[in-house]
Amino acid sequence: MLDRHLELDPQVALRPEPFGALAYHYGNRKLIFLKHPDMVRVVQALGDHDTLADTLRSCEIDETRWPSFESALAALTESEMLHERQPVTTG
Amino acid sequence: MSANPSRLVEQLKGGLDAPICLTWELTYACNLECVHCLSSSGRRDPRELTTAEAKAVLDELHDLQVFYINIGGGEPMIRRDFFELLEYSIGRGIGVKFSTNGAFIDAAKARRLAAMEYLDIQISLDGTDAVTNDAVRGEGSYDTAIRAMNHLRDAGFGEFKISVVVTRHNVDQLDEFKALADSFGAQLRITRMRPSGRGADSWHDLHPTNAQQHQIYEWLLAHGDNVLTGDSFFHLNALGEEPLPGLNMCGAGRVVCLIDPIGDVYACPFVIHDEFKAGSVRDLGGFGQVWKHSELFAELREPQSAGACTSCGSYDACQGGCMAAKFFVGIPLDGPDPECVSGHGEAAMLAASAERPRPMMDHSKPVRVATPERIPVTIGRR
Repeated sequence: MLDRHLELDPQVALRPEPFGALAYHYGNRKLIFLKHPDMVRVVQALGDHDTLADTLRSCEIDETRWPSFESALAALTESEMLHERQPVTTG
Repeated sequence: MSANPSRLVEQLKGGLDAPICLTWELTYACNLECVHCLSSSGRRDPRELTTAEAKAVLDELHDLQVFYINIGGGEPMIRRDFFELLEYSIGRGIGVKFSTNGAFIDAAKARRLAAMEYLDIQISLDGTDAVTNDAVRGEGSYDTAIRAMNHLRDAGFGEFKISVVVTRHNVDQLDEFKALADSFGAQLRITRMRPSGRGADSWHDLHPTNAQQHQIYEWLLAHGDNVLTGDSFFHLNALGEEPLPGLNMCGAGRVVCLIDPIGDVYACPFVIHDEFKAGSVRDLGGFGQVWKHSELFAELREPQSAGACTSCGSYDACQGGCMAAKFFVGIPLDGPDPECVSGHGEAAMLAASAERPRPMMDHSKPVRVATPERIPVTIGRR
């Protein structure tokens, strides 16, 4: 999981809420609760970093919390909120 | 994110910055006169929102990041600007799910609907045969709904929804409803009947019996993941260890609300009554002001007293049930649900005052008093 190249699906909108954010997928109509502001920051930053590990590091998430982020992000991938970025081909 | 539903429920009870589930009844006009209509629809109200006003509301919902709205009525397709508003909403990034009896979906309209994105359609049907359905929804309404479904299928709309209000008379047809939905490639949605609108008068004859409540619960446990319910059966959670899928709480004024055809904002679609009116989209500050600052919604977001249910071991499971159901049968809001599966509702209804609150905003068509057939007589001498 940590070495995956993930990003938010373009069909997903995030709405800030006191507890974190709501994520809505316009394609499959799924609504998911991001129940911590840190989770919202990580999800938003995914696209700016190469791997999930890089993202967690740059968002200054303590390594003891990484396993819970991994499983939460795996669940988000399952519901198609996140998807694998296409590898950038150079040359 | 790891599922901790009870903590999530506690957070949602405090309310959100904008509703998740907003129902907007576009008109009180309807071609049908269903006996359980929660908005007592029939005739258009002359004060209904204009096209421009409706678009201004959609602009505001866009700014509040409301992801989708549930449009209903009355029969929403009766409005001449129905497609205009539909397209405007979707164009502003607000997905639409609308409920219809299907009378205005012909082949051409079905193709137009099938071409739109972020649109879901619910066809209302309350029986898998004409006799059962038409007794509630009116003569010919079964055929009308099936015809609309055929048009949607032929137009390639994809997975539309069949929406059923569960009653004493159709509860045995749940398997047949599921089979019907499957045969259309549709999704089944079943919801709880409330004593709201004209339902206040028909509820006592139509609502499922206590034995049938068990039947619904068992059926939902077996099929719940593939059937939508609007999370409306949470009062049944007192029946067992295993909670039904979905949010186990009353969302009124917290995550849910209703905008009625004249722009009044109510706590939920089942409480069209002054006591649950939070304001109007026509007020200064519009919908956002009502949602964020109305006194009523602030009250509903406070922790609620378990009242008469405090000593019941099932309160955590059923949350005291549905506010609207209690209100219109005359049970105090901190009393048990009238369909309480432990039977406390029966006693509470007997103890309730004879003066039950009447639903407001009755737009039923004038009652046609059956005049006795006139027998032409000639009075004269023989």
